[in-house]
Amino acid sequence: MLKQTTIGLVLATLLPSALADANEPLDIRVAYVGQIIDRGPVLSNLIPEPEDAGLQGARLAIADSNSTGRFLKHQYRLDEIEGEDTATLVAESQALYDDGARLFVLNTAADTLAALSQALPPDALLINSGSRDDSLRSEQCLPGMLHTLPSRAMLADALAQWLIMRRWNRWMLISGSTDDDLAFAESIKRAAKRFGGKVVAEKAWSFDTDLRRTAQKELPPFTSGTEYDVLVVADERGDFGEYLPYNTGLPRPVVGTQGLMPVGWHKMIEAWGAAQLHSRFEKQSGRWMNEKDYASWAAVRTFAEAVTRTGSTDVATLRAFVLSDRFELAAFKGRKLNFRHWSGQLRQPVALVHPRALVSSSPQEGFLHPVTDLDTLGFDAPESRCRVVEQ
Amino acid sequence: MKYPKLIPTLLVSALVAAGNAQAATAYISNEKDDTLSVLDLDSWTVTDTIDVGERPRGIALSKDGSKLYICASDSDTVQVMDLATRKIVANLPSGADPEQFSLHPDNRKLYISNEDDALVTVVDTQTHEVVAQIEVGVEPEGMAVSPDGRWAVNTSETTNMLHWIDTQTHELVDNTLVDQRPRHVEFRKDGKLLWASAEIGGTVSVVDVESRQIIKKLNFEIKGIHPDKIQPVGIKLTDDGKYAFVALGPANHVAVVDAKTYEVLDYLLVGRRVWHMEFTPDRKHLLTTNGISGDVSVIDVDDLKVIRSIKVGRYPWGVVTTP
Repeated sequence: MLKQTTIGLVLATLLPSALADANEPLDIRVAYVGQIIDRGPVLSNLIPEPEDAGLQGARLAIADSNSTGRFLKHQYRLDEIEGEDTATLVAESQALYDDGARLFVLNTAADTLAALSQALPPDALLINSGSRDDSLRSEQCLPGMLHTLPSRAMLADALAQWLIMRRWNRWMLISGSTDDDLAFAESIKRAAKRFGGKVVAEKAWSFDTDLRRTAQKELPPFTSGTEYDVLVVADERGDFGEYLPYNTGLPRPVVGTQGLMPVGWHKMIEAWGAAQLHSRFEKQSGRWMNEKDYASWAAVRTFAEAVTRTGSTDVATLRAFVLSDRFELAAFKGRKLNFRHWSGQLRQPVALVHPRALVSSSPQEGFLHPVTDLDTLGFDAPESRCRVVEQ
Repeated sequence: MKYPKLIPTLLVSALVAAGNAQAATAYISNEKDDTLSVLDLDSWTVTDTIDVGERPRGIALSKDGSKLYICASDSDTVQVMDLATRKIVANLPSGADPEQFSLHPDNRKLYISNEDDALVTVVDTQTHEVVAQIEVGVEPEGMAVSPDGRWAVNTSETTNMLHWIDTQTHELVDNTLVDQRPRHVEFRKDGKLLWASAEIGGTVSVVDVESRQIIKKLNFEIKGIHPDKIQPVGIKLTDDGKYAFVALGPANHVAVVDAKTYEVLDYLLVGRRVWHMEFTPDRKHLLTTNGISGDVSVIDVDDLKVIRSIKVGRYPWGVVTTP
């Protein structure tokens, strides 16, 4: 290497052999846009969600990437925007774009994603790390947008495969009244059709009693009347679902948004180095890492992995690399992850956990797919109108 | 030491436990039991289980075979066990969360990867002092010192690099980018080549030590096993330069590679999630630690066949053998 002899040992320490030709010092800006969403009052309000869910994951990924970047002369920094109001977030994101930011991690609601997608010019690379919305991956298809958070369909499919594997085919479905709850219930019904489950009864939660006092009285009759193997609950914000386990009319497990839950990430995932990720995260943030943190972490790491491997910050180069067969993200889930070319969704295993243990991880064995078993979760190419990569 | 006459079997095992065994012995660290299993290599039986620090992973012998170094990851120390008494005689200041390490040929300097702190800590095993700490990438894991003692090479699992540390100056002088999640590095006996596994990348890179460039990348393929489950971890090379053995993690197989042509010759079925390996002192057998099934498989190196498996503790991780 020429530089070793001319510039000396100090610089030589920074030159990786494998990248001697792609060795320009680089400054990489990542913009994090976090929407704080008011989820309304809930009956079960004992353990609030952390307000910085997502942001802390992005910060950790920046720190992780800078550790790698040190050896490559790549310096990462995070611009952070947070707020409630969509219009303000859009305006601030545009200002960041005008200032040169091109790589965006968006931990926001679906409608804010649509607004951002429209407002930011097409050479911005956008990753959704905040919305599980199925339509974004099947019908709505925001141009070029990638997704690191699993969709509701992926979560429901992961749960359904496990229920079918256990031969617990008869499901009583109870859903709350928010749009999110109804969307989760829809994903459950779609999963039932795909994998051979049967929703034998469907009920809407409409009581307004305070369940902390009356769960024992109200819930058993509410969950009786039909024979079922499991009770599936769709209550994303945790309004009433926490009170269903042990209060069911029949002695049956509770699964879904409470009880046994399909999740993109959880403290109980510890294999394949996850224990180390948790430990770094907890040291930084003083709390457990949740799936929003993980999705934002994976989004920043996606950008960084592309920069590391290409030695470039050119958006077109990075996008092409991320959507190529060469892209591999090592993300503590036991296999390499990459993006679906139709929906831009990050393929990933989905964990099934209860609050104190990992129960299983889907896809389950025996659910086959011609390309990869990971595509048995969520919207497969023929089921989606989206085409992030033009055919 | 002579065996006393008229001893019941109980006493024999007590003798073995006292370290007076004549037979070759393997020590296996059990990550989730906080113990070492002691395996008699003549009878292929576990003769003792010894309590050690929390989450024992990497283990290594002193050059004279009298001491065993144990990475007790969750106790944040490297323990030193006197193998004659099987007692812990010292705790070395290893830095936080030591995972793997490698002893310099000088039998003094121990190079330890601190997984949580992105550091390599160098400890003098005689003075028990920290000689140096070197910043490396995220989640340092594999460690190897070259046979001539010049290089200490560390792998960082999330940075995906091999870090080359000059053992004279303790400076990091070069980095080689490899595939996702590099786990283990192993020098060839002559020190000219370095083999490095990438668990999530699914590959093994063979690196020329002189240029520190990858000269060959190996891929693995097992019929009926999803490629994502083929995850290379431990590597062992035979002294005669004939074979490389590569443990393939959740693929539950060990690949046998022709170390000259790099052709994969065979895949041997072992226990579940195979991690690390070690030859028996006579080099006739290779032991593998199988994390999930909690056992050790024994491979006959001449026949390339798995001849038995032996139950040990929960999540066996590291293994060493002594004559």
